[in-house]
Amino acid sequence: MATVKALKTVEIMSGNNHNLQEGKNGVKPDGNGRVNGRNGSSSYKSKKNWKDNFYESFEETPLLTAILTVMCYGILVLVGHIREYLRFYSIEQNKGHTEPKIEGFVPLFQSWESFYTRNVYRRIRDCWNRPVASSAGAYIDVVECKSDDHNWSLELTEKKYHVMNFGSYNYLGFSETTGPCADSAEQCVRETSLSVTNSRQELGYTTVHQELDRKVAKFLGVEDAITFPMGFATNSMNMPCLVGKGCLLLSDELNHASLVLGSRLTGSTIRVFKHNNMADLEKKLKAALLEGRPRNHRPWKKILIVVEGVYSMEGSIVRLPEILLLKKKYKAYVYLDEAHSIGALGPHGRGVTDYFGIDPKEVDIMMGTFTKSFGAAGGYLAGSKALIRHFRLHSHSSVYSAAVPPPIAKQVISVIDIISGIDGTKKGIERINQLAWNTQYMRRRLQEMGFIVYGNKDSPVVPFIVFYPTKLASISRKALERGLGVVVVGFPATPVIEGRVRLCMSAAHTKEMLDKTLDILNQLGDELNLKYSRKTPPDFKEDDSLLNKEVRH
Amino acid sequence: MSSTMAILPATWDMYDLVQSFLRTPTYHLVVEVCLVLLIIKLIFSKSYKPEKMVLSEKEKEELIAEWTPEPLVPDIPEDHPVIQLMEKNIVTGPPGKYINIRQKSCINMATMNFLGMVANKTIEDEAVRCIKKYGVGSCGPRGFYGTMDVHLDLESKLATFMDCEEAIIYSYGFATISSAIPAYSKRGDVIFCDEGVSFAIQKGLVASRSEIQFFKHNDMEDLERLLQEQAVKDKKNPKKAKVTRRFIVVEGLYLNYGDICPLPKIVELKWKYKVRIFLEESFSFGVLGEAGKGVTEYFGIEVDQIDLITASLENAISSIGGFCVGKKYVIDHQRLSGLGYCFSASQPPLLAAAAAQALMLMQEDPGMMIKLRENCLKLHEGLTSINGIKVVGLPHSPVKHLRLVEPSDDRDLDNQTLQLVADRAIENKVACTVARYLEKEEKFLPPPSIRIAVNCQLESTELDTVISVLAKSFNEVFAL
Repeated sequence: MATVKALKTVEIMSGNNHNLQEGKNGVKPDGNGRVNGRNGSSSYKSKKNWKDNFYESFEETPLLTAILTVMCYGILVLVGHIREYLRFYSIEQNKGHTEPKIEGFVPLFQSWESFYTRNVYRRIRDCWNRPVASSAGAYIDVVECKSDDHNWSLELTEKKYHVMNFGSYNYLGFSETTGPCADSAEQCVRETSLSVTNSRQELGYTTVHQELDRKVAKFLGVEDAITFPMGFATNSMNMPCLVGKGCLLLSDELNHASLVLGSRLTGSTIRVFKHNNMADLEKKLKAALLEGRPRNHRPWKKILIVVEGVYSMEGSIVRLPEILLLKKKYKAYVYLDEAHSIGALGPHGRGVTDYFGIDPKEVDIMMGTFTKSFGAAGGYLAGSKALIRHFRLHSHSSVYSAAVPPPIAKQVISVIDIISGIDGTKKGIERINQLAWNTQYMRRRLQEMGFIVYGNKDSPVVPFIVFYPTKLASISRKALERGLGVVVVGFPATPVIEGRVRLCMSAAHTKEMLDKTLDILNQLGDELNLKYSRKTPPDFKEDDSLLNKEVRH
Repeated sequence: MSSTMAILPATWDMYDLVQSFLRTPTYHLVVEVCLVLLIIKLIFSKSYKPEKMVLSEKEKEELIAEWTPEPLVPDIPEDHPVIQLMEKNIVTGPPGKYINIRQKSCINMATMNFLGMVANKTIEDEAVRCIKKYGVGSCGPRGFYGTMDVHLDLESKLATFMDCEEAIIYSYGFATISSAIPAYSKRGDVIFCDEGVSFAIQKGLVASRSEIQFFKHNDMEDLERLLQEQAVKDKKNPKKAKVTRRFIVVEGLYLNYGDICPLPKIVELKWKYKVRIFLEESFSFGVLGEAGKGVTEYFGIEVDQIDLITASLENAISSIGGFCVGKKYVIDHQRLSGLGYCFSASQPPLLAAAAAQALMLMQEDPGMMIKLRENCLKLHEGLTSINGIKVVGLPHSPVKHLRLVEPSDDRDLDNQTLQLVADRAIENKVACTVARYLEKEEKFLPPPSIRIAVNCQLESTELDTVISVLAKSFNEVFAL
């Protein structure tokens, strides 16, 4: 069956201006619905094709593990129900802050709405929202949270864990308390002001914003850019300016919540395609053009494909070259969210377009955030002059809410200067290379140890699957005790059976730190039995030439 | 024997059937035969199928080739007046009491810096201290190592200040209310909302996908009428009413009108019709009430009566971000369901610390609020004396709209007239701005106006200058 599917895919791909040979090492849908890339065979090493170096894997969940994981949730839910019952009859004391009954009012929450929160999430909630008492650099100080009543209430203690930080999105290590970026932010607080609370159109547009907009546009290699103080709002407040009723939005199924909210606010028809699955996208594009709008069959006004550069939960990289081919063939527009990829991907740190060697002008709307690689906050939209003019006039943010705080803008400006080498040093490129090397090293070693690692070999988001919610909690707690801060993600942010640990790589990590981390994970992997992979380890190896001798090593 | 027993009932049935068949009347038989024939006909007749459109590959390709999408964005000329104006009015330096535009230092009547927190030295010190400890960004959402101790500190300070159980902070003012509403109100719920609410609330209403009932601005009779209609509906369908949550969404001090919501009446209606109240206090927080706690303090209403209070930290506090306060069970829900909270990077620590510092300054010196009120009253009195305009907003409101007494039918023309006034004012060193709206997207578009924001730091002489400059500018423009 799988072969039939694969063959079909090859056919579709070949209809899509690819020759058949390219199709062979192309997409192959896996059992879990995602698309695997080339799985480590080295027989297609012609330099021309981007797919030669596109290694992406999503190993299937072993059947037994899947069943046991579901059972694990089943038991949690069952126990939850019993205890809800006990609490309802006041046999067990109710320690949560439940809604009081007010005569005549409809309850604010349905009881089932919070069932999962009370009975499953609550038990392990100390694994999230951990307070931090330092910058989000290579190491962080995590404040210990204690609970005497099984996490119903959490108390902060004086104790702090000084741990290696593999949780923050500090890809290029610019979350620093000293150095040129922090200095320029500080100077800006003194000279300009902490914040500009007016909107751009109401005397909130300052010279700092002008500089930032220009810097971002130049860095990305596009005509113009506009910036906003919150990354989430960049999506949710601006997508409605682009499409509306009578337009079609084709959205990747794993798109971030901000894109989903933004899409909903547009009022256009939304169709979801399978994650990174170009065959499915093409099918939906074709159907859209042939059938037109539902009911009245009028042609669509516009079609907008919404994708992300790097997917933050899967660690996959968008198949941008193919998306752009489809875009041309079907005359759709492309909205590319580079929240996790800008700065972190590509030889010059300019995101996915840089990674694939594509002219950024081919993408209609480039979006990204400053929260991650830039160690600041906010987001940008970039593209043609006409597009950005439209945003300057019609973005909700330009009219109704505050512009980027100047010190934060300054941080971004100085980071861009460093990455693009304007400051006259090679520090930026060294960071980019260090990150690329760290990523590949970590991914290779983890796979060799036998973890199921998801995603692309070049993606700095490194998730490995631990399946059980119980294992999520124990690995998170044990890792913290041993000096490692990681993020764990479970249902509902992931599919039920695919709870995972996510490591975010950073240029601030040294090889010693990586080795130490791998040691800890290796131990934990054995203790908690997390090494599920049954695949042969991949054949890629990190590129040591990335680390020249001057770099921290 | 046993085998005969097994067959017997079946045989018996058969016998019965034959017997009854013989006994039935003829007409019955005829009808049944007809029915059987009909069934046979239906089975063998061709079922109706609309002619299926089968497109040949060529036709498909033609269709695809023929389709031309609309351009992604409308064509906007490079010299669009608003864009030109933005470039012309570009600000250098801090937008404090004075603002630098067009190489002039103007008195700033545009920034919502009510309490003069912009460029405050102690706040800046606090921000710099934070940069040295935490860096600039937090590099993560609250859930994933993005919760700094300064965030928790600000949350507890806000909760204590507002006398509430719990507070939650967002990293952007706009995202606060627009995330809070859909966290509670879902499809099938009903929201009663004032027509004068600001754009962020309108977006929150859309995101909630609830049924929205707008009542006329500050018109309690209209609200009560809607509530009565809802009560009638509920009586008709009590099953649905049992699960339909009802909310009233109002602003404390309306940005678009400069007036205050009649909260006592709204609270009365809340208990009468069992509706929850969401109160947006972005412009009343730090302004109304003796301690600046907002409209609840102004009317002397207990905060407990309000289910959720939200405000942005971008006006009186002059940081970036927003917060919600209320009961613990209400607020905690947002920590997993507030989209802009869960899925966004947390507020940069320096902005949280600055907000906490500003809050402290506010508590230390309630004289700010008194001075602000005095300035508002004085300015209001001065502005009302200008001919040809009306001052919209309460005398003690720090947000005032100057509207034309005799507007033309052409909105653009009025906007241009007001812009001319604003330009002249800037030439004379008073910075003010025409209130901007997304005209096609506003649910109820307010008439054009110049929006004035009052700062508590303005001295009496400066207020006199503002009044005389505005009066002169209006007179000059009207004389054109």
